[in-house]
Amino acid sequence: MSTANPKWVKKENRIRVKRGKLEKREARVGVFFVLPWLIGAAFFLLYPLGASLWYALNNIRLTSEGMKFTFIAQGNFTQILLSDPDFLPQLVDYLLSTVISVPVIVVFALIIAIMLNQKIRGKSFFRLIFFLPVIIVSGPILGSLTEQNASTISVVDAQAVTGAISAFLPGIIAAPISSLFANMVTILWYSGVPILIFLSALQKIDTAQYEAAYVDGASGWEMFWKITLPSIKPMILLNCIYTIIFVSSNDQNQLIGLIKSAMFSGTSEKGYGYASAMAWIYSLVVLLLVGLFALIFMTRKDHYERRAVKIDRQMRKERRKILKLERRQARHAKKYHRPSAG
Amino acid sequence: MQRNTTAPAPAEKTVRRKLSRERVQKFLMGTRDKNGFLKLVAIYGLLICIGFIYLYPILYMVSASFMTLDDLLDSSIQWIPSSLNLSNYRQASASMDYWNSLLQSFMIAGLPTLCTLVSCSLTGYGLARFKFRGRGAIIGLIILTFVLPSQITMIPTYVMYSKLGILNSVWAFIVPALLAMGLNAPIFIMIFWQFFRTVPQALIEAAKIDGAGPLKSFFSISLPSAAPAFITVALFSFVWYWNEFYLTQLYVHGVLTDSGLTTLIIQLQNFNTNYNTYAQTASGGATSLNESIKMAGTLIAVLPLLILYFILQRHFVESIDRTGITGE
Repeated sequence: MSTANPKWVKKENRIRVKRGKLEKREARVGVFFVLPWLIGAAFFLLYPLGASLWYALNNIRLTSEGMKFTFIAQGNFTQILLSDPDFLPQLVDYLLSTVISVPVIVVFALIIAIMLNQKIRGKSFFRLIFFLPVIIVSGPILGSLTEQNASTISVVDAQAVTGAISAFLPGIIAAPISSLFANMVTILWYSGVPILIFLSALQKIDTAQYEAAYVDGASGWEMFWKITLPSIKPMILLNCIYTIIFVSSNDQNQLIGLIKSAMFSGTSEKGYGYASAMAWIYSLVVLLLVGLFALIFMTRKDHYERRAVKIDRQMRKERRKILKLERRQARHAKKYHRPSAG
Repeated sequence: MQRNTTAPAPAEKTVRRKLSRERVQKFLMGTRDKNGFLKLVAIYGLLICIGFIYLYPILYMVSASFMTLDDLLDSSIQWIPSSLNLSNYRQASASMDYWNSLLQSFMIAGLPTLCTLVSCSLTGYGLARFKFRGRGAIIGLIILTFVLPSQITMIPTYVMYSKLGILNSVWAFIVPALLAMGLNAPIFIMIFWQFFRTVPQALIEAAKIDGAGPLKSFFSISLPSAAPAFITVALFSFVWYWNEFYLTQLYVHGVLTDSGLTTLIIQLQNFNTNYNTYAQTASGGATSLNESIKMAGTLIAVLPLLILYFILQRHFVESIDRTGITGE
């Protein structure tokens, strides 16, 4: 279809290809295969999304006859943002710590992956170690380890570092950075999957590129910036998103605990509606974060693609000009040939 | 004659000395084909240091779990306990109701994993193999569900489950898993989608000419070649369900009430209260809760996964290579 009708062909001039019977049947079979997901999406995605928005706009009380809705419009949101003592500070805290720790995790993963990609012995052993946390990381485990101070290395004196940081930086920025140092191990534990993704991507870069660059006299440093980094740029974005999602849905995240406790608090102003409103605010913040990282690391079109688009646009312009001329010619022909025809 | 033989000698000597200096430099700094000694030392040193930091909490956990109270208080004992003390494990496992919780953990992680395998493979195949209207929209929605935190759909889903009467039972995990909406299902659909795309179309067309329908060609051509994808998805789904605390507590265990269903992770989260009730009811013998017992409990909660990991390490570590998310 796409080859028969390039974009510039006018709508009425397009070749209409009727969908054949085979194609229709194929499409039906395809829908059949995706059917479980479609039903699931209706019940577990679209309906809950709509319902939770409706919940968020209501005050919900649980009575013996079921849930009692009272429409209060934006009441829940204003209450959360203006008078909840925990939510907003926690949200700011979450935002700052995520914005700081995600780049740390991803850069660290990249460094480890580059080291593992060298010709070294025991590569599989190191991979085994770096991937181990992925298997056992979960909220209660992390909580229990942090409780016993096993998540900080006593050799690295965290106190000295945090002291130095809070002396130089204002409190609001210093707090997340010092918590970053205090929980260094658990933060590094998050980089298990990113390391493997980077490693796998690094191994797929064509070595011929490096050879060519070497012949042209490039240094290792230059090769890293001009070949390695651009080739794995999509993976950087993928890892950033993965890490954000992972950090956000982890039980160590205080915010989601707050949502759950609001859901089950018996007070009249909290409850399902209040918790839904919290969940909406939180989800929008997470989406914004993902969007921010996507904007930074989105692969831009490369030079040749941009030129192709430019040339395409130029050609379209010329074609329009030709069409205009043709139309004018036709008009003129009509105007001047009528008398002779009549 | 003599002059001729002696004349080149000094030159040769300098050449040799130069060579040796070059050789040392080569040895230390490396060449194009081979890493230098210094670089290797740096890389190995860093990797081993970071590896130690990675393993530190686990090593600490293992070491502390064997210690008696005296060992804990003794400042001269850092890593190696004075004796191999297993009573911590006995007390921790008794307070966690270990074997029962283990069995239920296997059930709560295993059954949804099987359902996820079926539904996600079907969905992934449908997306990879067939072209139909709305396919792009479906893929977009799947990515959106990946990015969207589960908290946003949690409350209406909770209400729905309680209306359907499947709250506080395993069905609250099985039903969404059967409909490709389980834990992290978007990732698994993507893995299957990516994988089924690499199955050559010609093979399926050949089967079609031989009279195989779409189901037949799915089961006898695409499925057998997708074994790596199945292994990856099964392992990760199992591990993630096993480690899930938030949703398990909400849907299966019950937040305010106790449904009787529990997992090791939930038992670990409630370890302190569990242990105190155990210590009160146990007839003597039970010491008050200390660090060692907690660490022993943490270790036995992850031990099944650790064993699984070391048996199936290759499948875990190579999983990401195999799924082809990094492109071919």
